[in-house]
Amino acid sequence: MTSGANQGVRGLDARLVVRRGAFDLDLALTAGPGEVVALLGPNGAGKSTALRALAGLVMMAGGHIRLDGEDLRPLSPERRGIGMVFQDYLLFPHLSALENVAFGPRSQGAGRREARRRAAEWLDRVGLAEFASARPRALSGGQAQRVALARALAVEPGLLLLDEPLAALDVHTRMEIRAALRRHLTGFPGAAVLVTHDPLDAMVLADRIVVVENGRLVQDGTPADVARRPRTDYVARLVGLNLYRGRAEAGTVTLGDAATGPTWTLDTADSLEGEVFLAFAPSSVALYRTRPDGSPRNLWRARVDAVERHGDRVRIRLSGPPFDAVAEVTPAAVAELELSEGRAVWAAVKATETHVYPA
Amino acid sequence: MSARERRRPVKDLDRPVGRPPWILLLPALAGLAFLVLPLAGLLVRAPWSTLGTRLMQDQVLDALRLSLVTATLATFLCLLLGVPLAWTLARVPFPGVRLVRALVTVPLVLPPVVGGVALLLVLGRRGLVGAWLDGTFGITFPFTTAGVVLAEAFVAMPFLVISVEGALRAADPRYEEAAATLGAGRWTVFRRVTVPLVAPGIAAGAVLCWARALGEFGATITFAGNFPGRTQTMPLAVYLALETDPQAAIVLSLVLLAVSVVVLAALRDRWLNPT
Repeated sequence: MTSGANQGVRGLDARLVVRRGAFDLDLALTAGPGEVVALLGPNGAGKSTALRALAGLVMMAGGHIRLDGEDLRPLSPERRGIGMVFQDYLLFPHLSALENVAFGPRSQGAGRREARRRAAEWLDRVGLAEFASARPRALSGGQAQRVALARALAVEPGLLLLDEPLAALDVHTRMEIRAALRRHLTGFPGAAVLVTHDPLDAMVLADRIVVVENGRLVQDGTPADVARRPRTDYVARLVGLNLYRGRAEAGTVTLGDAATGPTWTLDTADSLEGEVFLAFAPSSVALYRTRPDGSPRNLWRARVDAVERHGDRVRIRLSGPPFDAVAEVTPAAVAELELSEGRAVWAAVKATETHVYPA
Repeated sequence: MSARERRRPVKDLDRPVGRPPWILLLPALAGLAFLVLPLAGLLVRAPWSTLGTRLMQDQVLDALRLSLVTATLATFLCLLLGVPLAWTLARVPFPGVRLVRALVTVPLVLPPVVGGVALLLVLGRRGLVGAWLDGTFGITFPFTTAGVVLAEAFVAMPFLVISVEGALRAADPRYEEAAATLGAGRWTVFRRVTVPLVAPGIAAGAVLCWARALGEFGATITFAGNFPGRTQTMPLAVYLALETDPQAAIVLSLVLLAVSVVVLAALRDRWLNPT
């Protein structure tokens, strides 16, 4: 990949390399114009560091950042033409909402009056026109978030960065603001990168999800793809699937490695060959007190590790051997099967309920 | 004892238990008396009946005016140099920052007379820089009002630098990052974000600095001398009056005491309620 070949590429094309003591981030990231990419990952995975590297707030040890063909890496933050929404918004406490939003246009050289006019327009667009003269401390969390978004958009950035934009909000406000944020992101013509550890935010807001773990990209795909075909335990847990890695051969998948321990075979409805992931939903696991008659083929003996409420269903954590899994049953089934910690049960999954895809 | 403890109201629960020992209480009271009685004496012995006319004497008014003007100019000089110095100490990581910080605080512990001598050696007519200033521009500082300002600024600047640096360290630097992402250059960030955020610290430092400059004696008399109307500030006038007209000395002292009380009142939220 030569730099010449990338000169004409629209949107964001970056490889971010940041080293900080033991932590080490190396992440390739692209986002087309109008595309919203979510960086999803556990705490400490390096998502925020990646965002700060894009903004120029941390030094990069290597890599590149190109936005619409322009090399941003040598530029200081104020010259990158980006807009950033910080996790706790960082509205300037000494300025009114209007002055906060006008700060960007002012810094870009607009006159005071022109900057205020544009700021008023943006405040109106996020529905906060009547709060123009309010100080940040007088705003609610949701209002502050909208002011922060207006402030970032008012600089008309080529790249919009959002660091956990909904994390500081309570559940109710969050739903409302998420929907509003989605509208604004849809209307935003540039590339947008969103950092979140909440899969729901990522699914709703992003066109594409990049999963980051330990400073590395572990999965990259559309929300539907990531939700259906998780590639790490972390993603599988987030989207609520049981995930295993194994070798497929003639319709069966072998889990475990014969060289290091016991193996287990599961029948599937797919006909892939080679290294695969196998996933199935907790709700497709059936539990029995005694060995069922006319036994389904994927049947194993498991121990109940934990019984947890999950909405109006109950999640049963099962431990192996042969493998760990999560089952989801109704509260009635819990009573009927007398499921409690430490109890042994039979578990089964139909071959047609499993989903196999290449590793 | 335990029964007493149980009967204590809730708000007293985190107080130390029992009566404070006399061996601590007596010196504490003596210390308080030692600090307060001299000031009370000043008030008792003040010639209240002739206070008005004495305050209106030309010499008093001259000294007061000169003190206010020089202390204010010295404070501006300190702001001009001290705020950037504090910013550099707080925000720019450079080797030897601890040494520089120690150097900045030297005038705090240095006897002011020594400061005056040092200023003379550098900025005096034959001083290292003073000789050049005199020869090239015809500027001399010793025994001028400008010299008073320099002497006061020298002694008072550490108060400002320490106060502002503390405020800068306490301020969240991410506001400055946010400003940078909005397209603001370093100077704009400093002017429109950093300074407003630490404004209370700067104000407190300036007041402190001004009060210290107003009371400056040793460096001023050494470097600028004691010429009425030109370099004779209030503290110098007090000292001089004590030998010729003790009543006038008391009146001048009262004025300085009043100024101190006003400064204390202005800073009460910062010092008296350290929460």
